[in-house]
Amino acid sequence: MILMPDEKDVVGKTAQELAKEQREISVSEFFEKNRHLLGYDNLTRALLTVVKELVDNSLDAAEESRVLPRVWIEIKPNGSDKFRVMVKDNGPGMVDKQIPLALGKLLYGSKFFRLRQSRGQQGVGGSGAILYSQLTTGKATNIISSTGDGKTSYYELMIDVKKNEPEIISHRIIEDGKLWHGLKIEIEVEGRYIESKQSIPEYIKQVAICNPFADIVFDGPNGRMEFPRGANELPPLPKEIMPHPHGVELGIFRRMLKATKARTIASFLTNDFSRIGTGTAKEVCKMAGIDPKISPKRVEIADSEKIFKALQKAKLMRPPLDCLSPLGEDLLIKGLKKEFNAEFYSAITRPPEVYRGNPFQVECGIAYGGEISPDSQVKLLRVSNRVPLLYQEGDCAITKAVVSTDWKRYGLQQSGRSTPTGPAVILIHFSSVWVPFISESKQAIAAYPNIMKEIKLALQELGRRLQHHVSGKRRIEMQQRRREIFDRYLPEVANAVAKLTNKKPEPILNKLMSIIKKSTEVVVDGRGKEEAGNIG
Amino acid sequence: MEEVKKKLETLGEDVLKDIENNKNPDVDIPVRSLSNVIYDDKSKQLTLGDKVSKRFLFNVAHAKPFMQTMLVAALCKELQEQKIHTSLRDLFYALKRTLPDSDENTFDEQSESDPIIVDLEVMLDVLREQLHLNADVRGRVVGNVVIKDRGDTIDWSKLGSGGWAIPSNVEEVTFKSVDADYILVMEKNAAFERLHEDRFWQKQNCILVTTQGQAARGPRRLIQKLSTDYKLPVYVFTDADSYGWYIYSVIKYGSISLAHISERLGCPTAKFIGLTISDIDEFKLQGFTIKAKEVDIKRANEMLKYDWFKHPAWQKELKLMIERKVKAELEALSGRGLKFMTEVYLPTKIKKKEFLP
Repeated sequence: MILMPDEKDVVGKTAQELAKEQREISVSEFFEKNRHLLGYDNLTRALLTVVKELVDNSLDAAEESRVLPRVWIEIKPNGSDKFRVMVKDNGPGMVDKQIPLALGKLLYGSKFFRLRQSRGQQGVGGSGAILYSQLTTGKATNIISSTGDGKTSYYELMIDVKKNEPEIISHRIIEDGKLWHGLKIEIEVEGRYIESKQSIPEYIKQVAICNPFADIVFDGPNGRMEFPRGANELPPLPKEIMPHPHGVELGIFRRMLKATKARTIASFLTNDFSRIGTGTAKEVCKMAGIDPKISPKRVEIADSEKIFKALQKAKLMRPPLDCLSPLGEDLLIKGLKKEFNAEFYSAITRPPEVYRGNPFQVECGIAYGGEISPDSQVKLLRVSNRVPLLYQEGDCAITKAVVSTDWKRYGLQQSGRSTPTGPAVILIHFSSVWVPFISESKQAIAAYPNIMKEIKLALQELGRRLQHHVSGKRRIEMQQRRREIFDRYLPEVANAVAKLTNKKPEPILNKLMSIIKKSTEVVVDGRGKEEAGNIG
Repeated sequence: MEEVKKKLETLGEDVLKDIENNKNPDVDIPVRSLSNVIYDDKSKQLTLGDKVSKRFLFNVAHAKPFMQTMLVAALCKELQEQKIHTSLRDLFYALKRTLPDSDENTFDEQSESDPIIVDLEVMLDVLREQLHLNADVRGRVVGNVVIKDRGDTIDWSKLGSGGWAIPSNVEEVTFKSVDADYILVMEKNAAFERLHEDRFWQKQNCILVTTQGQAARGPRRLIQKLSTDYKLPVYVFTDADSYGWYIYSVIKYGSISLAHISERLGCPTAKFIGLTISDIDEFKLQGFTIKAKEVDIKRANEMLKYDWFKHPAWQKELKLMIERKVKAELEALSGRGLKFMTEVYLPTKIKKKEFLP
């Protein structure tokens, strides 16, 4: 609506009045209204999301403290469409005071401006699950934790949605002398339990494959499933890095300006970013026309944009790549071997690459043949930072790279641009300090050209190895078949030729056998089809 | 006959030579399909072109037929040495057996061994009869003819209702006396019996032959011998459809599959007496026709393209059949009365000399 000055009477409310009605909406409130963004859009998926967030946190925590993870998951039905979910781990546990903050407040800042490869990345996982629980059942969440100091913390926790603050229903610390460490969360939610594709058992199975160093037990509504550990070494702990200027957006850059502890713009640039030295910092300020000595807090909005633009133009080294922690070819194969009985396994880890200033790394593994069904589509395991992705398959860069690869030349069947068919499972692991998901529910990776290229290169290399295996197998089979055929016919031929020539059959047969033993290459190709006429 | 034995031995020796030289043994087999059949308009014969396919031992697709060729050749050599004859079916059973340590047979069906025999005939340029193999016995004959076969004197006019059954090998048949003006060859046994019962051969002074379907080698060779030795015209009498007409063409020119022996079996002077599609109008057979099936029409369309059916009269008949989608069997003539064939149709045709080339 365009308002003309003389239309004042028509406008019911003044700007001041409107402002009074506006108030800040807290993150929790936002979540409450937009829960589908975080994976709570239907009952089936909501239950999976709860399990997924808790398991991700458990694995992250154990791995960070260099403990081989052991996770116990329990799901018990509790009335119609209600479930009690329990996840317990052997991680480091949480310091008593930290518990309400870490779990009772959305976007709690531990992962704010640091960049490190981890499963969770937004700080809404655990608290999101608690919020969902209170929205659907009105119940508080039970948290039990110990850090191994002989004391156990017990919390009953809810979230004050308006303030985005933890609401502690009860809290006890018991000095029981038990020397355990870990975290146990019991949570009651609305949900629906299934066991097909995109289900909790499928998710846990895939977690077990891409975390072969984890020991997982799942007590579901239909009984227990065990996923024993298949490897006893953890991948190296990824290093934290500062963000690379080329991977930062203007909004985040402004927030960083406000939050920084640096006293000058120059030191802000060198300390809070990677790959900026004092020389570059000065040059950037000069380009932006800003005094490098002023405080970041006093930078005007217009000036912040100038600095940001100068930063994007500056020639910088690419970010350090040692911040990534891929599984490695060995663990990939161990993970596949653990869950699939195949005849051929292979894996490849690509060197790290960069998209928009963010380091990432692609690795692929394949299991082929054996007990894997040859008639159905190839099973695709999409994994990002060791978290299986089950939804939004069609939108994901991984799927797009798979269907645009020509699998026919690698010995699988494929019609047009579709998922190939054949006895194979393909796992693609995408590791990055910042995974470019296409939405907050973190199920599909955006198809940046660099990312697509890396995935395709990995798939092609894997394809070549597969093709080598398949054609080798075929060649051996063909040769055996040929030998069988010839071995069967040669005595007959030798006898007949002996009769025709009035000679003894044995020397002829010996000679024929020696020809075939010397080389099967005598074999002319099998194309020559003869004409067979009818007898008149 | 020593010559045939020698040819079989040479075949074996060529293969043996390849084996001894560490070569992949092969045999050359002239191609027997339409693509390698040539129609010679002058001699009125189908002959084989010079396309040859090679059959190798060490080739997955060829190995089995190669083995089968050797097995058949070796057995034929035995037949030569022991001076005995056998039938195609007997040869099949004599060679059929399961290969050691497998569930595979040397031959599964007679339809596998029959083509191998033709292969040998073509490769060695010998007749099946010379290999001492007899084809199925099919075809009968009556007429004022006396012959000698394996020492027996046989009078074709004194064999009752059945007539003389033509053996597969007529090479050793000799003619004592032949009294006839022409030879009438028919596809169908029923027509033969009708004409025989009406004493048509006596009244018309001719020889009656039935081929009982597609003409086997015996009747073809017999017709050729009679027509050339005694200068008798040959008239062929078949159903008015593509299959009947093709039977006529085989008697006259030879067949695609046996193009290599047209010279010995073909009868280029033969003429077609009927039935034709035009006869349906001429002899008022409209009420006794049969609707042509799709396969009949398809066959007629193929035959339109054969060089030996390029004569305008034949093109006209084939096109009429395709156009009207109609055919007529010899029995259609009985629709006009049981003796219509013997008393009206055939005498009229022969008198007017209404033949198709």
